[in-house]
Amino acid sequence: MHDKIADAVLIEGGPWGGGSDSGEGNGSKKPRRQPRPGGAGPSALDALIERGRARLGGGGPGDGFQIGGLWRWGVLAFAVLWIALTCIHTIGPQQRGVVTRFGKYVGTLQPGLGWSLPAPIDIVSKIDVDNIHVVDIDTGSDGAAGQNLMLTGDENIIDLAYSVRWSIRDPELYMFQLQDPDGTIKEVAESAMREAIARVTLNDAIGPQRSQIASRVAARAQELLDGYRAGVVIQGVAIKQADPPSEVMDAFKEVVAAQQNAQSYLNQARSYATQVMAKAQGEATAFDAVYVQYKLNPEVTRRRMYYETMEKVLAKTDKTIVEPRNVVPYLAPPAVAKPQEPAK
Amino acid sequence: MNLIEAVRRNPLLWAGAVLVVVALAFSTFSVVPETKQALILRFGRPVRVANAYDPREEFGRTGAGLVAHAPFIEQVVWVDKRVLDFDMQRQAVLSTDQLRLEVDAFARYRIVNPVRMFVAAHSERRVSDALKPILGSALRDELGKRPFKALLSPERDVVMGNIRNALARVAAQYGAEIVDVRIKRADLPEGTPLDSAFNRMRTARQQEARTIEAGGRREAQIIMGDADAAAAKTYSASFGKDPAFYDFYRAMQSYRITFGTDDTQPRGGATILLSPDNDYLRQFSGRK
Repeated sequence: MHDKIADAVLIEGGPWGGGSDSGEGNGSKKPRRQPRPGGAGPSALDALIERGRARLGGGGPGDGFQIGGLWRWGVLAFAVLWIALTCIHTIGPQQRGVVTRFGKYVGTLQPGLGWSLPAPIDIVSKIDVDNIHVVDIDTGSDGAAGQNLMLTGDENIIDLAYSVRWSIRDPELYMFQLQDPDGTIKEVAESAMREAIARVTLNDAIGPQRSQIASRVAARAQELLDGYRAGVVIQGVAIKQADPPSEVMDAFKEVVAAQQNAQSYLNQARSYATQVMAKAQGEATAFDAVYVQYKLNPEVTRRRMYYETMEKVLAKTDKTIVEPRNVVPYLAPPAVAKPQEPAK
Repeated sequence: MNLIEAVRRNPLLWAGAVLVVVALAFSTFSVVPETKQALILRFGRPVRVANAYDPREEFGRTGAGLVAHAPFIEQVVWVDKRVLDFDMQRQAVLSTDQLRLEVDAFARYRIVNPVRMFVAAHSERRVSDALKPILGSALRDELGKRPFKALLSPERDVVMGNIRNALARVAAQYGAEIVDVRIKRADLPEGTPLDSAFNRMRTARQQEARTIEAGGRREAQIIMGDADAAAAKTYSASFGKDPAFYDFYRAMQSYRITFGTDDTQPRGGATILLSPDNDYLRQFSGRK
């Protein structure tokens, strides 16, 4: 019965290394150990090792014992270690273990302790699914003067730097679907960005629509990657920089300056307006107040105001009273002729 | 235990037998990973495909795994099962409006018919090499039929679809399926075209700056005019109640200021010639 198991294992193990242990069993004369009950893996492997050893069982019965014993323990230890290392897998909380048996996908190990068949049969690839990868598509990635130039919808050119954050959603798709997932993500993001930028104007891209563009690119890239069944999820696209190219930066600054100039004209106009209105209101109110009094007694008020004003006007000026009938304008009154000191 | 005995009696024979078995096993079984299709050739002639691509299959239910084939007379050729890609060299494309554009494109494809691929091209690499110039010419043809604007508009999808179809026809001959064709970039070439584009942008900005400034001025004028009008309205509403009195009132104010007897300093003295008939001197001359 043991022979049957051993033979089966031997054939099954053929392609991956049935001969690997052919050098190990140097002259063991001991009969094979009893296979351990339970786990098929260890017992099968043990049997296999025994079988290999039996196969090559040359060597004299006497001298082989010591060395053979040492070999046996060495091989046994190696086998146990091998099994321990390749059957038990600690999958971290952020990891998934993709198990392939002879290359064929058999399942995905969830976080915790996972089991599989020993190494050459089952291969477990640990894939980090929580890790967020960042692809930077920077200014300078393009040859053109350290800028990443793109054409906008209004045939202008913009200098853009952005980054794409992505993580793995389906480890098996990620592993098996694309030849170059990382490069694909970058190219897809780049293509999606150009598509999005080509649909907006330069002004929108620089200013107000940045966040919309970013989310549109993320959605579009996701759509394309889903089309490839890439098994990744785009966490987000961040536009780090969206500027006009440096060659035309000055002209753009002029626009900003013009905006500020325009603003300052408006401010000046507004302050003028406030002034004029305030003056008008003040004067009108004053007039109204006086007018109310005037209405009560027009003649007196009028005379009073007249005299008050004339008093003030004439008090500080030189006065000459002339009789127009007699004094014909020969008129060079000394007061007029002589230069005067400005008001004392 | 009699097997052990047999081995011990004739170790060399057994060792040889084991070697033969191992060699047979090696040439009979192949490990086919999920990422590969195994094309099996008998004396160089393709006979079957293990783990062939099928769009509906799920991983875990594919033909991957241990695959057996006749030893020695059958060989395995590996063909990638994943989505492959190739980049096209940067191409200069002339649009109908005579604008030169430099276009970078990439295509993604998958080998769906390994037999045909093997017969026509022998390896995936050669498929890429064969498809690259096709993509370039399809791109030139398609973009040459359209104005530059079309590349920057939603029509782009149509353009890409046409290019993809053109490429797919050729790809099918190589047993490949085009998954996607995309333009990575479409730029103006360095030198004059780029510079003139910059120049256009610059002048457009300058014009914008002027417009903004002029607009600001206009707004400012309007604001000031409106303020003047509103002030006039306030004045007339108030003064219009009695124009005659306003005339007098304002004259009084004006005299004070004009003759500098307000609190402000007068600029040079004034001599006033008064006629005795002057109203101010009415009482002076004792008139009634």
